[in-house]
Amino acid sequence: MKSENSNAAANSAPLLDMRGVRIEGYGEAGWKTIVEPIDVRLHRGEVLGLIGESGAGKSTLGLAAMGYSRGGCRISAGEIFFDGLDLRTASEQHLRDLRGARIAYVAQSAAASFNPAWRLLDQFVEAPTLHGIANAKDASQDAVRLYDEMNLPDPENIGYRYPHQVSGGQLQRAMIAMAMSCGPDLIIFDEPTTALDVTTQIQVLIAIRKAIAAANAAAIYVTHDLAVVAQMADRIMVLRDGRLVEEGEARALLAAPKQDYTTRLLNVRTERKQAQVTSRKDSIILRAQGVSARYGKGVQVLEDVSVDVARGETVAVVGESGSGKSTLARVITGLLPPFEGQVFFVDEELPGSYEARSKQDLRQLQMIYQMPDVALNPRQRVAEILGRPLAFYLGMAASERRERIAELLSQVELPENYAARFPYELSGGEKQRVCIARALAAQPRLIICDEVTSALDQLVSEDILKLLNRLQATLGLSYLFITHDLATVKAVADQIVVMLHGRVVEQGEKEAMLRPPHHEYTDLLLSSVPEMDPDWLDRVVATRTASGKEVGNEG
Amino acid sequence: MSAILQSSLSVWRSAPISARVGMLVIAAWIFAGLFANVLAPYGETEVIGSVWAEWSAATPLGTDQLGRDLLTRILYGARNTIFIALLTTCLSFFVGISSGFMAAVLGGWTDQLLSRVVDILLSIPILIFSLMLLSVLGTSIPVLIMVLALLDSTRVFRLSRSVAMDIVVMDYVEVARLRGEKIWWIMGREVLPNAFAPLIAEFGLRFCFVFLLISALSFLGLGLQPPTADWGSMVRENAGAISFGILTPLIPALAIASLTIGVNLVVDWMLHKTSGLRDEV
Repeated sequence: MKSENSNAAANSAPLLDMRGVRIEGYGEAGWKTIVEPIDVRLHRGEVLGLIGESGAGKSTLGLAAMGYSRGGCRISAGEIFFDGLDLRTASEQHLRDLRGARIAYVAQSAAASFNPAWRLLDQFVEAPTLHGIANAKDASQDAVRLYDEMNLPDPENIGYRYPHQVSGGQLQRAMIAMAMSCGPDLIIFDEPTTALDVTTQIQVLIAIRKAIAAANAAAIYVTHDLAVVAQMADRIMVLRDGRLVEEGEARALLAAPKQDYTTRLLNVRTERKQAQVTSRKDSIILRAQGVSARYGKGVQVLEDVSVDVARGETVAVVGESGSGKSTLARVITGLLPPFEGQVFFVDEELPGSYEARSKQDLRQLQMIYQMPDVALNPRQRVAEILGRPLAFYLGMAASERRERIAELLSQVELPENYAARFPYELSGGEKQRVCIARALAAQPRLIICDEVTSALDQLVSEDILKLLNRLQATLGLSYLFITHDLATVKAVADQIVVMLHGRVVEQGEKEAMLRPPHHEYTDLLLSSVPEMDPDWLDRVVATRTASGKEVGNEG
Repeated sequence: MSAILQSSLSVWRSAPISARVGMLVIAAWIFAGLFANVLAPYGETEVIGSVWAEWSAATPLGTDQLGRDLLTRILYGARNTIFIALLTTCLSFFVGISSGFMAAVLGGWTDQLLSRVVDILLSIPILIFSLMLLSVLGTSIPVLIMVLALLDSTRVFRLSRSVAMDIVVMDYVEVARLRGEKIWWIMGREVLPNAFAPLIAEFGLRFCFVFLLISALSFLGLGLQPPTADWGSMVRENAGAISFGILTPLIPALAIASLTIGVNLVVDWMLHKTSGLRDEV
């Protein structure tokens, strides 16, 4: 359905025609423009990719295509024609009839969008019956057909489950099925795969493609990931700070971007670290040996995991959600004492619980978190956040601290006067830099990085990874890098540990690990990372079908 | 000194009208209480005229049921009532917040033990419980303050525990734990500043409740003992006058109402301000 249709469609009247749409948001200084006047035209059968970083206004623009604006926002100028009807002047009743029936919306987090107290089927049936399109019985049959189309397991019965009884990827597909329930003409996908693992993402991407093709609908696909949009869209609009940067046919735009910003987005994830090949034997500083862990008395989350980290190297622990990689970090830091096995730090066994560890042990092992927003106390200034470890571990006096704080800030490339700021006065990337500085303040030997870039925009996270690599080179730090993102692994790792269901599947040096042949699961992970090539998804589907693997179903 | 003046001036400027009114009312009552002995025309217990005398130049608000000057009694009442209610609330917050935070931060058995003890205390109506304790322990002012603070702290415990529960799961608290910080530091520096907004609001409300509870106890004869002036007991003592069409009992009632409203106006504003700060985070 890609590209072939769009030429034919271009001749007819567009399904969605937004002209000079400006959107404003209400803030402390009154109404402020958040999306500059923009034109969007979309024909039936066409998929438009809206791409940009956070704050680009892409989701806001996506919602505006339904004639809707979030609370605190308003559409202040322009016209929005959907199939000839101006949505800005249409009555609320009229809009309500359209939304859900002819215009459907798929949100980022299916888990937050489903009502946990209702079965999937009940929620599916709601829209068609409410819009008078089908009665409950027909709608239920429709649901089974759509669940089957979305490749959900056991389509006959899955509708009788509650949202918490299916996996994240299945829930996202159930939501897409729900959006399809009334046979919409326009579907808006708002970052539908951002919260998913790469292997799950593929299944959802395939489901979305199928859905659009089956309905012969138009779609707007909102995402921050250019590689994903390359698979989905016929046409791409690149947005930045509420302005259109560049617009073009997907292939042409990817092959020859005109704007510098687009080029930077295209070249993201190309950071590579030359892996160190050193003799690791004598310089191991952290060794987790045969670690098993369980929560409470029941679920075993780690089983016989052994991981080594040598001085000055980065060990990346890779796995999907639920693989136990974050639990491994909790065991090493002592937050979750292991059920079996030991953790050694420079040949000395660490007590299982952090409470029993010495101040020196605690100091040498620092941690950086996934969400810088909640890792910094919102009521403390940066100077206080960085000053506490200096006073606590190193007993520095006030004047010494001030000097060292300035030094730390410059190490993480922040201006000195940031010391007086509160966390809410910083951007996401700057917050993460402060977290890094806080870890450095303790003068650690090993830093555990738990998904440190997954909450950040791609360009920002690239800078953070570069910073971490640079700090490692100058300070001789070791990192234990926990991530689900293989691009991050390529950028930072010397050693790779692949985890699945609480066990280590494969581990070894990066170059060797990235070279085939792989372990079956490693191969699945590696091949699931989207590439900028628009034909990537088709290729993956083709190779997997050829090798006899069911692509749509979860393993 | 000038710095304090300057900062209080900027607070004044940033406050909306409602909060300014509230601040003025509170300031006026505090001023009245502090300087009651200077401002009052007569002594606290001095009988100067007939029962329930009309308003006159000598007795601007008339006299009470024993012929004491009502204005004088109101001023002294401000001193006694506000002082005791404030002290009780502060003490109750100190006990409630520290035990509530401790339950949240330590969890496990500490939490269970503290929470169950509080459950038991909460299961007995506060008025009956305080009546029982006061009749056993006697009705001196220190005992009154201790008993009310202890009973009131159970409510504060509930709130501060639940607020702290949401905070202790934050990564920055985990960072502090992993750094090896002691529990007092975690409670005071990581949890308390982030729990301030709901606690401040509760402080205003609790202050009013304590204030009304003291009045109720005085009514039952176990609060402040006569002839000490107290707004609550003044309402009760003069209640009979209302059937003669005399306004006297309404005046202390008005005093109670004005202070309660004043405190709430300021608390509302503070809550709005601190929670507004939170939205930006």
